[in-house]
Amino acid sequence: MIKVTIDDIEIEVEPGTTILNAARQAGGDIVPPAMCYYSKLPGTGGKCRTCLVEVAAGSTADPRPMPKLVASCSTAVMDGMIVKNKTSERVHNNRGGVVEFLLINHPLDCPICDQAGECHLQDLGYEHGSAKTRYEEKRRTYDPIDIGNKIKLHMNRCILCYRCVHVANQLTDKRVHGVLHRGEHAEISTYIENAIENDFSGNMIDVCPVGALTDKTFRFKSRVWFLKPMEAECSCTKCSGKAVVWMFGNEIYRVTARKDKYGEVENIDDKAAWICNDCRYDKKDTSKWNIIGPRSINRHSVISQGKYKTFMDKEQKKIS
Amino acid sequence: MSNRKLLIENVHVEGYDTFDVYRKHGGYRSVEKALKSMTPDEVVEEVKKSGLRGRGGAGFPTGMKWSFLAKPEGVQRHLVCNADESEPGTFKDRYLMEKNPHLLIEGMITSSYALGANLSFIYIRGEFMYILHILEKAIDEAYAKGFLGKNILGSGYDLDLRVAPGGGAYICGEETALLESLEGKRGNPRMKPPFPAVKGLWGNPTVVNNVESIAAVVPIVNDGGEEYAKIGIDRSTGTKLISASGNLVRPGVYEIELGLSVEEFIYGDDYCRGIANGKKLKACVPGGSSVPILPHFLVTKTAAGADRLMTYESLADGGFATGSMLGSGGFIVFDEDQCIVRNTWNFARFYSHESCGQCSPCREGTGWMEKVLHRLEHGHGNMRDIELLEEINKKIEGNTICPLGDAAAWPVAAAIRHFRDEFEWHVNEPQQAQTRNYGLITQPSVAV
Repeated sequence: MIKVTIDDIEIEVEPGTTILNAARQAGGDIVPPAMCYYSKLPGTGGKCRTCLVEVAAGSTADPRPMPKLVASCSTAVMDGMIVKNKTSERVHNNRGGVVEFLLINHPLDCPICDQAGECHLQDLGYEHGSAKTRYEEKRRTYDPIDIGNKIKLHMNRCILCYRCVHVANQLTDKRVHGVLHRGEHAEISTYIENAIENDFSGNMIDVCPVGALTDKTFRFKSRVWFLKPMEAECSCTKCSGKAVVWMFGNEIYRVTARKDKYGEVENIDDKAAWICNDCRYDKKDTSKWNIIGPRSINRHSVISQGKYKTFMDKEQKKIS
Repeated sequence: MSNRKLLIENVHVEGYDTFDVYRKHGGYRSVEKALKSMTPDEVVEEVKKSGLRGRGGAGFPTGMKWSFLAKPEGVQRHLVCNADESEPGTFKDRYLMEKNPHLLIEGMITSSYALGANLSFIYIRGEFMYILHILEKAIDEAYAKGFLGKNILGSGYDLDLRVAPGGGAYICGEETALLESLEGKRGNPRMKPPFPAVKGLWGNPTVVNNVESIAAVVPIVNDGGEEYAKIGIDRSTGTKLISASGNLVRPGVYEIELGLSVEEFIYGDDYCRGIANGKKLKACVPGGSSVPILPHFLVTKTAAGADRLMTYESLADGGFATGSMLGSGGFIVFDEDQCIVRNTWNFARFYSHESCGQCSPCREGTGWMEKVLHRLEHGHGNMRDIELLEEINKKIEGNTICPLGDAAAWPVAAAIRHFRDEFEWHVNEPQQAQTRNYGLITQPSVAV
């Protein structure tokens, strides 16, 4: 085990752990935001640059600070490393810069975007963005396209995190989903609007940190904060069958995988609990699910505002 | 100052690109010497002694780079020659490969031997297709004469050398993007670490060197590293190809000994012979488009008043405030009739076009800078835009995966630093800025 200090909090982690994962082990608000890194998808990370941190001391052996900010998701910790995230003015400024870059071409169509309420870019913009834009030019726009009959791609909203590309990479040998063009013209696309023929292609929606990939069976049906997320399971031969069903009254509006507080699919029995397309798109009937109980949602999330009390809240009320 | 040429001395000899003529002029001596009388480590030691620094732009000592190469048992190693020369203003490798292809191949054999690589590549820019044919012809000759292939010169050392063309992307000159492209993937730079010296081409330890660095290994092995180190000044040893372009009487590729004064290079009779059409020097980009631009009063003298020399140190004297970099040796000269705003926009447009689009600061930032500069150049800018450009610069610089972000940010930052008056004139007098150029800027009375 090696020792690393992040924002004055000392943690012991396994050698080879990245700074971001070390911070996640400690938890709390020292965790840098990550838009492209996804711990369940090997190869992701390093692209969005929102997780930049300052390394004030490289290691005990070589305590020199690193001259540049480093991407915490792809930099391994060293023994005696001192990392500054929240406590560094430089990190704060540069992260603000990155958020500004991510937003200059973003359409800011949150009022009509299905991701609103659970969008990482919204959270990031709330924390680091400025109220006004300095971008006077025309934003780049694309027409929304269909990737298969169940997924809609709004390239306007995409931040090019490459997460969906990694999902597609792992799903199929004949990859038809990737990045076309270069620089600011880069876009996610499929080969001549082809669809990926795979039972797990719907997970691209779950990994998308913004509203670029949306579920066509749920689009424009409801705002997520009007829905009740309930943990549910079903017997499924393709996947674990453990999911979250988003209900309005007794109706199921959509089905997603169970996500942790970093927006990543939860591990169940040490395996990422991806769900299959059958569970996601076709089981919109309560009779097909065994509903366990309310899903615990961060109390700061808009989803838990007003409409919905968690199981724990009720229990606490009973005690008091 | 004497002017020894080590790389392009005989290029005007008829048929120098053929094996026989090249061999008659002492070619492939370094291969014989290295394979017959030296161990690989001894070759590396000679290169270390020579003080040779990477000629591709960053100036990292080649010998040190070689010694970082991981050498696990039973794992293949590779040497990859970076011939993806696409920096605006740099055209030295093209000249070298076109005129003297066997020198590069000789350097590849000797260097591969030093590194213990049995399969080496020359990754060449896609637009250089005619040079690819020249190199392939030369490689075929070398195979036929037993300098490539199995058991070279009876030494028991095997080497296969291939030429691979890229698709013509500037980003593929970044070493990890080059390796991705060579593997047949999209040319996106990789996260570092691991560095190519540990995990490079197909996960094998790999060294990536510029064409000129590899070519320079030949005279180093022939004459010894110490002899090579005698040329030049301090830590800038040897000769360097400089591709001079812009408003010069005699632009072109020159091989200079490092330590030549910039004044001599621009005005000397042996070199560029001054500014064309009797105009005055306005600015100079000494090392290819990604290095900071220098205004006329900082080109031949440093801020401290010393003569500026063509060395890594002297050109960088004064840091980014009053200095620049030797870079890849793309020496671009501007006369008083050139518009710096337009030129800066042109560079920004290049970087915006060539950004791979992988990381956000570079993808969005380069495009944004290009649009703002376009506006300034075309008379629609305002004062806020100049501050904005500086801000964008600071947010890109150092925050990207690969150095392309820095390369995009530095020229814009330097242009604003030194030519702010001209930028402001573009804002204040948009009508005039469309019809005439600003002319020379005046030297600030107080040293910066």
